[in-house]
Amino acid sequence: MWVRLWRDPVWRAVFFQVLLILGVVAVVAWVINNTLTNLEHRGISTGFDFLSQSAGFGIIQTLVEYDESQSFGRTFLVGLLNTLLVSFLGVIFATILGFLIGVARLSSNWLLARLASTYIEIFRNIPLLLQIFFWYFAVLGVLPSPRQSINFFDAIFLNVRGISLPWPILDSGMEIVVWAGIASLVLAMGVAGLCRNYRRTKGRPLPHIKVIIASVIIGLPLLTAWLTNAHLQWEMPVLRGFNFSGGLVILPELAALWFALSIYTAAFIAEVVRSGIESVSKGQKEAAAALGLKPRRVLSLVVIPQAMRVIIPPLTNQYLNLIKNSSLATAIGYPDLVSVFAGTTLNQTGQAVEVIAMTMAVYLTISLTVSVLMNLYNRWVSLVER
Amino acid sequence: MEKMVREGQDPTSPVIQLKGVNKWYGNFHVLRDINLDVMRGEKIVICGPSGSGKSTLIRCINALEEHQEGQIIVDGTELNRDLKNIEKVRREVGMVFQQFNLFPHLTVLENCTLAPIWVRKASKKDAEKVAMEYLERVRIPDQADKYPGQLSGGQQQRVAIARSLCMNPEIMLFDEPTSALDPEMIKEVLDVMIELANEGMTMICVTHEMGFAKTVADRMIFMDQGQVVEEATPEVFFNNPESERTKEFLGQILIH
Repeated sequence: MWVRLWRDPVWRAVFFQVLLILGVVAVVAWVINNTLTNLEHRGISTGFDFLSQSAGFGIIQTLVEYDESQSFGRTFLVGLLNTLLVSFLGVIFATILGFLIGVARLSSNWLLARLASTYIEIFRNIPLLLQIFFWYFAVLGVLPSPRQSINFFDAIFLNVRGISLPWPILDSGMEIVVWAGIASLVLAMGVAGLCRNYRRTKGRPLPHIKVIIASVIIGLPLLTAWLTNAHLQWEMPVLRGFNFSGGLVILPELAALWFALSIYTAAFIAEVVRSGIESVSKGQKEAAAALGLKPRRVLSLVVIPQAMRVIIPPLTNQYLNLIKNSSLATAIGYPDLVSVFAGTTLNQTGQAVEVIAMTMAVYLTISLTVSVLMNLYNRWVSLVER
Repeated sequence: MEKMVREGQDPTSPVIQLKGVNKWYGNFHVLRDINLDVMRGEKIVICGPSGSGKSTLIRCINALEEHQEGQIIVDGTELNRDLKNIEKVRREVGMVFQQFNLFPHLTVLENCTLAPIWVRKASKKDAEKVAMEYLERVRIPDQADKYPGQLSGGQQQRVAIARSLCMNPEIMLFDEPTSALDPEMIKEVLDVMIELANEGMTMICVTHEMGFAKTVADRMIFMDQGQVVEEATPEVFFNNPESERTKEFLGQILIH
């Protein structure tokens, strides 16, 4: 009886799987038990009570209100938002740059193609940490002091403390204008959609459509501004003492990390885009060209839509890499999640297990979310086969 | 097709003229001094061993390949380095490929309406109406909303023919249209091509289907090593060829 079961491949497979699960459960249980016992022996408290304790340290960039008296829970949020900010900026910039360079790499223009491949070879072959140091110490770090700032139109100032930009102040009138601006953008997108539809059904674009859309985008906010008699106030950066105050300041830590992450990742995205475009067979381009489509249309109507399904999976990997690489922030003191939470907070509370587990869970959540979104998109563009 | 002879066009002048065309791939001389006049409504079948330059020749006629010497004039437009001329010629010359080259991300109907909408600036409604007419003529209107990957090879090639016809071309080029098909599907494609020929379309076909050639060709052209070796009517070509090379070739392909 047992011998016969042992010879049955189905039963045998079940047996080994049960064995494997028991093994995994045993190892995990042992690790948890061991950790808890050790923590107890050393008198380290466990649990998440520390999150409500006062943090007592300052953070140089906070997207939400924060001061030293606030809790470690708040530092977690500040770090998380800083990570999301640099990741989001990085993904956007890397995508744009990567697509441009990937297409340029395949250009029939010799110089353009050479420049693109030089870019790729340089930036993907230098360690990312070194590139972050390059931007932080060798480019932004050698800018002049605030008093000798590089000055653009008396509005934008570039110095060793960062980039100072004017920032609009919203008074009550301006708020309406901002809403009008958003409304006009939505309206313009609607009009653009209608006109695409019109172009598809009638075969020619609506006359003067670009002028109409532009005037909606510019005109509506201006009109509201005039009606509400609102004035746009810009808060200008002003030199006070040794530094600029007012306006928006992009810290050199953020700028260096952002540039390095996007420029590094763009090199990989460019290769992904290139391989995607090259995966579309030559026959597709020839068939489209033979029908009389212009090269630009061949690319946008036939090649890119087919290349996307090859591009998306490795592009997702690059996005995930960028997000995870943003934790190198800690090397130049940009206050991302790893730096303020898995760094400073961990040092001050000593609750390594909880802090590291939370940080890991955050990266896992972000990465899985990005993956799911990209997979949905991929399913949407995938080809229907037999 | 009622508009085969358009007004203001001289039906006695050639619609395609090749004068002293030469082409090289690097050092390889692929087309040697080709001279060819094609009249409106004429059906020409080009055959020859592989590597003889026959595909390259017809691909030069819509500038998918660039020739280095000589003149190619299509419907009064010379193919030179002027992109406008190339676009103009491609609008008037349809092409059917060995590998079909349908766009796999578009439905059959969208494949047929893409160029009329973007190149001819037709409305979607008109383009779809024309597309359905041609899909009916190639006998697959019921497949209009499927994707190319869901069709058989023969059906795909018929869609490819319909897609070209939707641009209302003056001239159709066929580059071995049945060579990638299973034997039982060859006939359905050839039937469509014979119908097209009977309607008076100007056609240049590279093919090894000698039955088809005998049925429709006004003129046979045999190429070898980049040269036109023999040019004759089908009767002369099949029964009484001049060159030894042609006899040898026909002996090889007509043996069964």
